[in-house]
Amino acid sequence: MKYIDEYRNKVLVDNLVYGIRKEVSRKWTIMEICGGQTHSILKYNLLQILPAEITLIHGPGCPVCVTPVNRIDQAIVLGGLSNVMLTSFGDMLRVPGSTSDLLSVKALGGDVRFVYSPLEVLDLAEKNPEKEVVFFAVGFETTAPAVAMTVKQARNRKLKNFSVLVSHVLVPPAIEALLDSEESRIDGFLAAGHVCTVMGTSEYIPIAKKHKVPIVVTGFEPLDILIGIYEVVKMLEKGRYGVKNAYTRSVRDEGNQAAQELLREVFETTQSEWRGIGFIPASGLKLSGEYMEFDALNRFQLDVPSTVSIGACIAGKILTGQQKPADCSEFRVRCTPEKPLGAPMVSTEGACAAYYRYHRTTVSTL
Amino acid sequence: MKDPRKFNLQCPIPKTEYAHILMAHGGGGRMTCHLIQELFIAGLGNEILDMGHDGAFLPPMDGEVAFTTDSFVVDPLFFPGGNIGDLAINGTVNDLLCCGALPLYISLGLILEEGFLIEELWIIVQSIGRAAEAAGVKIVTGDTKVVEKGKGDKIYINTSGIGTIHPGLNINPKHCSKGDVVIINGDIGDHGIAIMSARQGLEADIPVISDTQSLTDMMMSLFRNQTGIHVLRDPTRGGLASALNEICDSSGTGIRLHEKNLPINDGVRGACELMGFDPLYIANEGKILVILPESEAEEALSIMRSFKAGKGSRIIGQVTSDPKGILCLETTIGTTRIVDMISGEQLPRIC
Repeated sequence: MKYIDEYRNKVLVDNLVYGIRKEVSRKWTIMEICGGQTHSILKYNLLQILPAEITLIHGPGCPVCVTPVNRIDQAIVLGGLSNVMLTSFGDMLRVPGSTSDLLSVKALGGDVRFVYSPLEVLDLAEKNPEKEVVFFAVGFETTAPAVAMTVKQARNRKLKNFSVLVSHVLVPPAIEALLDSEESRIDGFLAAGHVCTVMGTSEYIPIAKKHKVPIVVTGFEPLDILIGIYEVVKMLEKGRYGVKNAYTRSVRDEGNQAAQELLREVFETTQSEWRGIGFIPASGLKLSGEYMEFDALNRFQLDVPSTVSIGACIAGKILTGQQKPADCSEFRVRCTPEKPLGAPMVSTEGACAAYYRYHRTTVSTL
Repeated sequence: MKDPRKFNLQCPIPKTEYAHILMAHGGGGRMTCHLIQELFIAGLGNEILDMGHDGAFLPPMDGEVAFTTDSFVVDPLFFPGGNIGDLAINGTVNDLLCCGALPLYISLGLILEEGFLIEELWIIVQSIGRAAEAAGVKIVTGDTKVVEKGKGDKIYINTSGIGTIHPGLNINPKHCSKGDVVIINGDIGDHGIAIMSARQGLEADIPVISDTQSLTDMMMSLFRNQTGIHVLRDPTRGGLASALNEICDSSGTGIRLHEKNLPINDGVRGACELMGFDPLYIANEGKILVILPESEAEEALSIMRSFKAGKGSRIIGQVTSDPKGILCLETTIGTTRIVDMISGEQLPRIC
């Protein structure tokens, strides 16, 4: 299959691993931002072929994982209302809130549905005029433009029974927060390719300069990830920093300007809570004044007490790269994909779920 | 009289008084009798069913008997490559084959929702008839119940099946041993992706057709020639990964798959890449995993490949002694990873 097979080609992969081995002279810690990259790293077990000097830590780029508990609790309350149809992406339905999850709400009779595209929700709203149809919108700069388009179309279609529970977050402020943290030990970043497809690369230039780190825009296939690592290592070994685009088949420096324009029109930035990390200034999106009528928080009076985190989960330490999933005493014990104690075990893009599924430290003879 | 089972899809619906299923069709009275006579006997009749007893009188059977049951709730009822009717027959027939049995008799239980179109029921009954004929089984007993509108979803089917174990065979996941090879009879993931495409209204460049089919002819030929088969399993819900994980669990052996040898057609690959599914976990309805000693593999492959259902047969992996009880995959880039059991539900109501 074109654009897939060549990026999973053993000869090309072997050459690149050889190149990385040749470049590397000391230990480096590299964070891949995106959960899609984490998934690919574990699915292709790149840890098996990378030189021991390279440590990969798995960043906070899994939208399901960083959605705050309080927002999930709000969705759970909405999903349980008899006049509400709550819609979201499939993974979101399994994420535990403080006491329940959306699948349980559905099992108890709530009208909770998963959709592949937010635009589907407009049709659902039109076909179900007796219901208030809410879309629980999560994700980074990648999914936000589709939600912006949906809200805009809802206004054009004069839909009065559609609203959005917004939980969109932005990557660059999170990278800054990680670098500002005293515990940070990250030498370089693989930036999330598809976020950059939308936003371009310019946002990362000041971050790379300020913190003197290499940031390489990276794709998602095993070869893409190795190219990203190779470029980061080359810059680190030469003492260079800056932004490089290693995913040129998808990312242009200026990004997708139509999508950016849509984001600017429909959303404005706001302080946002990241599950396991905390509040980060200007790291989230909320509907702008002009579109406020579609804000579910505006439409419904939700009295949901705020909850910061749940018991045993060390999501924060996982998402900031201070610990690996296997370091958690609950990993594989009480915390499994069937019964996740925290968000990184829920989504296939979550670091814990990826380790659970593809990697077992106890298996030495693989 | 012309055998009604020979009718094709254009076969006119038998004359019934109503266009829809009513509660009274499940009431046991005159309307139930009409439904049985005009649809089920007309579409499925044979000398045992035609006796009209409360249960089936079966002739004596030779040797050990295999018995299985399965329920079908697939949504949508009609999908590329089949419908709930042929699925319900093929599923139970293939379960019997996985026991090493010759499938013989099937029971058919239907739960119908009030308001279900009798025309659609008739199409399903005809599919059941054709699938049973192709698999060489008889529908020998049945039951119909009707639930109120909104209390079911059009039609649910349960089939149970009886077959006789082929002499000399001893199929058991515990027999899986180091040095065995794992064979599959063709592309994986077709059924699950066909259902998903039908459900989502996806129009792919390469349409994917469900693989629902009975494997009777191919497997009976294999049984006659290969009594050294250790394990048989149909990788239905949960796909190849879940079926092989179960075998690893039962046998305590490891299995090593080779990604480059996995047969996956471009339609399924494309859909999986697009939707973020892993073909290893996607349901199949006409595939079988055959695990047997490597020395017997070549003959088994040549037998399987001589049937339409087995044209794509190939070796996809080996049984290993270590790591114990774990399914591994050698990736296309030469690394190895674990393939775990599926968590949760990748696609609901697939069969």
